[in-house]
Amino acid sequence: MNASYLSLSYWDVGLAGLFLVLNAGLSIWLRLGLARQIAVAAGRMVVQLLLIGLLLKAIFAIQSPWLTAGVGLAMIGFASREVWARQERKLRGPWGFALGGAAMALAATLVIVVGLSALIQPQPWWSPRFALPLFGMILGNALTGVSLALDTLSATLDRERRAVEAQLLLGATRWRALRPVTRRALRSGMMPIINSMAATGVVSLPGMMSGQILSGVDPTEAVKYQLLIMFLIGGATGLGVLLAVLGGVRRLTDARHRLRLDRLRAASPEAG
Amino acid sequence: MLTVEGLTAANLGPIDLSLGDREILALRGPSGAGKSLLLRALVDLDPSEGRVALDGVERAALPAPDWRRRVAYLPAESGWWADRVGEHFARPEEARPEIEALGLPGESLDWAVARLSTGEKQRLALVRALQQEPKVLLLDEPTSALDPEARDAVEALIRRQREAGRAILLVSHDHSQAERLADRVLEIEKGRLVGPAPGAAPGAEPRR
Repeated sequence: MNASYLSLSYWDVGLAGLFLVLNAGLSIWLRLGLARQIAVAAGRMVVQLLLIGLLLKAIFAIQSPWLTAGVGLAMIGFASREVWARQERKLRGPWGFALGGAAMALAATLVIVVGLSALIQPQPWWSPRFALPLFGMILGNALTGVSLALDTLSATLDRERRAVEAQLLLGATRWRALRPVTRRALRSGMMPIINSMAATGVVSLPGMMSGQILSGVDPTEAVKYQLLIMFLIGGATGLGVLLAVLGGVRRLTDARHRLRLDRLRAASPEAG
Repeated sequence: MLTVEGLTAANLGPIDLSLGDREILALRGPSGAGKSLLLRALVDLDPSEGRVALDGVERAALPAPDWRRRVAYLPAESGWWADRVGEHFARPEEARPEIEALGLPGESLDWAVARLSTGEKQRLALVRALQQEPKVLLLDEPTSALDPEARDAVEALIRRQREAGRAILLVSHDHSQAERLADRVLEIEKGRLVGPAPGAAPGAEPRR
């Protein structure tokens, strides 16, 4: 299968970087002010990828279930931090960090465990060479969905406060009064994965599939892998979004069916 | 009917208050004195401590949605969640006579909410709240955006509600309105009731 895999030298990679140098030169010539940003971003990418390459090589060599789980946990931590940072109005206290993190962790862990142990079945099933890249893809997509959904939930509740309270005042339960807002948050969390499923293969070839094809895998085999991954990603994102939104609705209301926007922090201007 | 003892919430209280059957109590005070906070606490829309009971039934003994059906609160600014007016009513057809009594056409039920004026929203929200057949009505500035004719229609409706046996707590900036409608006028200041409003004791002559 790997007969046609072509190894790259660092010299090849460096030469490809010349195109970026050309970009930076254009930016200086046209005074776009982007040269510095291009240089910093490219530098970060080189350092981060080289380090992760070395780290993965070491983790694959050690082959420890505990180490693999530990790396997975660290990934969840970074993803939770990212969800938190993307909220314009965050939940106060540990909830702001924990709600999105727990929803993602639960959904992504369930999906990866089923996917590895029952479907892909590497030996051993937790083999880091399979578990970590897959977990990264699943978590990355769940992160986008969960952060969009939570952001929509708090922003919409803030804007629709009077409408929600009007329903509560007419005797609606909190679940009923928040139903339109809940639906909107769920939709916005699910939209990116739905769009990417619809466009994949027509507009772009997914990165993983392209990678497999480049490394000599038969395209129909690569497609099977890609479909499996997309199903896992879609499942984890949907489940994560649902858990996060229902948890958010619960936290932003209370047992006496009140809207509790006091549990949100004031909008932070730096969030985008 | 409505008994309130030691009610406290953020920036409010402690408040002791009782509201009898067929009583209209007007509440008055400067902006930020806590008038709306008191109404929100009574209807359990903001967390509060203390004892609140209706006809001897403790508020805490009832699920909040049931409590809010018995004690209805009409905020100064009403909220709307659907596109058409009629969708906001439990029984739109039955609302028609009351809507017409307040000077709006019955077809307003088919109107888009987006085209309503503040005064139209205020009157429609009042009829909407009455459809729950509450025992107590908490009204926050119910006529602030109305012309004199519409205001008179709303005041007549408030009197009819009293005749029907409801107790009414009315927040109003309009001194003459309080004197026209209310059996008692209380003054609230910095979140606490400070007794009868000056010049508005029971039976006081309306001032012009």
